[in-house]
Parts: sequence; structure tokens; C-alpha cells
Amino acid sequence: MTKRGRKALLLAPAGIWLLVMLALPLLVVFVFSFGERGAAGGYVPAFTLEQYANLPARWTAFKNTLILAPLGTIAALVIAYPLAYFLAVRCSPKWKTSLLILVIVPFWTSILIRSYAWIFILGGRGLPALLESIGIDDVRLINTPFAVLVGIVYGYLPLMVFPIFVSLDKLDKRLLEASADLGSTPWRTFRQVTLPLSVPGIATGCMLVFILLMGEFLIPAILGGGKVFFVGNALVDLFLQSRNWAYGSAVAMTLVVVMLVTVSIYMKFISRLGGQREDVSLM
Amino acid sequence: MRFYATCVYLFLYIPIGIIALFSFNAGRHASQFMGFSTQWYGKALNNPFVMDALETSLLAAFITACLASTLGTMAAIALQGVKGWLRTLFDAMIYIAIMIPGIVIGIATLIALVTVFGWLNPLLVSLWPDGANPPQLSMGMPTLVAAHTMFTMALVIIIVRARLSGMDRALMEASADLFATPWGTFRQVTLPLIAPAILAGFLLSFTFSFDDFIIAFFVAGSETTLPIYIFSSIRRGVTPEINAIGTMVMGASLLLLVAAQLLLRRGASKSNS
Repeated sequence: MTKRGRKALLLAPAGIWLLVMLALPLLVVFVFSFGERGAAGGYVPAFTLEQYANLPARWTAFKNTLILAPLGTIAALVIAYPLAYFLAVRCSPKWKTSLLILVIVPFWTSILIRSYAWIFILGGRGLPALLESIGIDDVRLINTPFAVLVGIVYGYLPLMVFPIFVSLDKLDKRLLEASADLGSTPWRTFRQVTLPLSVPGIATGCMLVFILLMGEFLIPAILGGGKVFFVGNALVDLFLQSRNWAYGSAVAMTLVVVMLVTVSIYMKFISRLGGQREDVSLM
Repeated sequence: MRFYATCVYLFLYIPIGIIALFSFNAGRHASQFMGFSTQWYGKALNNPFVMDALETSLLAAFITACLASTLGTMAAIALQGVKGWLRTLFDAMIYIAIMIPGIVIGIATLIALVTVFGWLNPLLVSLWPDGANPPQLSMGMPTLVAAHTMFTMALVIIIVRARLSGMDRALMEASADLFATPWGTFRQVTLPLIAPAILAGFLLSFTFSFDDFIIAFFVAGSETTLPIYIFSSIRRGVTPEINAIGTMVMGASLLLLVAAQLLLRRGASKSNS
């Protein structure tokens, strides 16, 4: 058998699999988004922009996603950065690896189970009961945007810590000493040396978390109690409850486009800042 | 600084700890600890719905992991040195598979397959000899495995390709110069070197498939996987039984990941020496 033939034979199964299970379904969503809803649900072939014109009906879901996804990303960044800094710069080398693994471990366990743990903590008999005992009454935490935000930060913190840690760990510590020797205050050293050099890690972490948050369904479903919902929740509702495939496809297409546009604007912005994307893997 | 780090670790581990703690709760109430008992583990393990869901999840995860690691490795090896449109096509599809939210992949797969099955099923009926019952295609275990394999195969291609690119090509050329057949070179030179990456890919695929809720939710048809069971139980209210299941699932995932991690480490140190 020729080398070419052998390669083709090895590539064919994966190639066909990706075409049938990825390219075809996405093409179907694209085509269906221009169709109409059947009388009993499903899809009727048509070419209309009606579904896209109807998008404002789901504006709340887009609004929630576009507010809570960036907010969650920033909250995760604010909490993750000092920890990454501690692990990379301040922590003794003896403990570094173990402490880093401890951050990553939760990420590899089911996000479903980890999110639902917060039902206990934020639910009526958790934190609110504790607050009541010290005299703060009527605090509602579960099924609020705050609960969803906590779930988001909790779920995606490891994904943020890791890339920032990598970029801070690579940083030449002599630069920090040089800065101090030249009379900088610690704060100035941080602002003018450490922070700019960790931009690539921040950029990667934010992008990873943001992309995942844009398609989030589970955390708002579990901790938002139907009151705080993302586009992902709207999609589940459209496809599984109202079976409106054409409209659902239009919402899905819009989500993907919004995501790609935001991410590319963001990447442009970051590359202008002079940072480069850091390729990291969690394994 | 140290105090801050401690707080973040508490934030990360208290919720997991609470689930584990309440799984040993003797009382029925989910949020009041009434003493130690392992009764919920017994209840969970004797619940036929839980055991069915577990079986479905394990089977789907195992087939997915086998398919993804085999097909992904084949593709990663064949992609070596391939340039041009084929390379672009593969890279684009892998990139899309990772970038597109799981929920969109799940929905897209559902409506595409339901539509295709809607065309194929009448065709099967007309092709079948009269009187016999033709097989009908529907959503279920095969579609679940197909969807999980698509995504995890992309992961395996990335992992194995990274390993291959770190490998010394001279080794393979030397093997060919010494008259080894391509298969001989693969079996005796390439495979031993990339085996850790393949195994890690296998374990990752297994864990992904086992833990995945969102894609399975759409494409599993009438099958109930363990995450789907847990999700619908949470909807009905939190019980100590779910805590016991959750604790067991987390423990099992951790064991698998530690194994994957160790394998990758061993592979890395082997190639460095």
C-alpha cells in the first residue's frame, strides 16, 4: 500500500466522524435557523429571517449572559490572581506542586455535583440561618444572581489560577530584585514589572473562562432556580419544552456568533496590549 | 498572603467536604446532621435506577474511551507531516469542537440526527421484506457514544499530537533504514513512546464521558446516565442518597485522574532522559 493510501485510511474514520457528528449538525442548525416552526413543533423548511427578527423575545437571556459571563470572569480573575501570585512567587518550592495540584483537582470532578453543594450553603438552612443567628434577618441567597456568580467563580477558579500561575512562575525573579534595588516600592514593582509580565496568563485564563461561561447551563439551572437564566437555559427550554427548533437554532447561531465576535475583539485588544496568548493544558 | 491562600482553599474544598459529610448523615433531612451512618451508601447501591444509570454511564464511557483513543491516535499519527487543505480542515474541526459550547453541540446533534433518522426510517421500512419488522433508528446509547466520541477524539488528537511532536523523528527514520516495515516501526518504536499519551487520552475521554451532563441530556434519548439521574433528582430535592452517589462519583473520577496524571508524568520523564 502506498504511503498516501495508508494515511488516507488512518485519517478517514476520524475525518468522517467529525464531519458527520460536528460539521453536519452545525450546518443543520445554520439551515434550520432560517426555517419555520411546525404546527406540532419541530421544523418546516422555509427561507425567512423571521426567527432572527424574533430574537428580542429572548433578550433577557442574552442580557443575563452578557452581564454575568464577564462579571463572573472578572470575579474569578480577582480571586485567582493573588492565589496564583502566592503559589508562583511567595510559596516555598517544597509546597508549590502539591498546592497547585490541590487547586486543579476540583476542576476534574463533576461540576454538577460541585455546583449543587452550594444549594446547602446558600439555601435557607445554610448561610442565611447563620446570618440570622447573628441578627441579620431575611437574607435570600439561593436563586439570585449572587448565587449564580458564586457558582461560576467556584466552578471555574482553577481554570483561571493555572494560566496565571504559569506566566508568573516563568517570570525572572531577578527582575523583581532589580526593581527593588532601584528603589521601587513593592507596590510599584508589582504594577510596573509583575503585572505587565503576567498579562499573557491573565488573557488566557479570562478567555478560557469566558468561552465556557457563554454556553453555561448547569450553574444557572441549579443555583438560579429559573430566575437567573443564561442563553443556555433558554436553549434547553426552546428545544426540549416548546420544541421550537427553528427559533432555537437562530438563538444558538446568535450565541455562537456573539461568542466568536467577543472573543476576537478581546484577542485584538490583548495583542495590542503586547501580550501573547499562553498555551496551557490542565493535564 | 498565606491567610488569603488558606481562605481560597477553604472556599474550594468546603463544598466538597459538606457533600461528603452529609453523605454519612444518619437523618433523612438533607441539611441537618443527625449522626454517622453509611446507610445512604447502601440505599444508593441497592437502588435499581441508580445502578441502571451507573451501568449506562460506565458502558458509554468505556466504548467512548476505546473509540476516541483508537481513532484519535490513528488520526494524530497520519496527520504528521500532512499540510494543505486536509490539515486546515482537521485543525478547523478540532478547533470548532473545542470552542463551540457543549450545549450547542448537544442541540445540533439532536436535531441533525432526529432529522436524518426521520428520512432513513421510512426508507428502511420500504427496503425491508414484507411482514418483517425493519430496524428503526432512534436516539439512545449509539448516538450518545457517537457524540461523546466526536468531542473526546478531538482531545485525544491534540494530546497525542503534542507527544508526537516532542518525539525524535530520527528514531523512526533509523527504524526505516534498518528495513523495518511501517507497521514494525509503529509497533516497536512509535507506539511505546506515545503509549502514555494514548492512555492519558483514554482516561480523559472516559472521565469526560462519565461526567458529561449537557451533551448526554440531549442525545441520550430514553437512556439515563448517572449525571442525568443526579440532575433530575436534584430538581426534586436534595437527599442524602444523592450525596452518597456524588461522593462515590467524585472519588472515582479522582482515582482515574491521578492515574492519568501519573501516566503523563512517566511518559514525560521517559522522553527527557
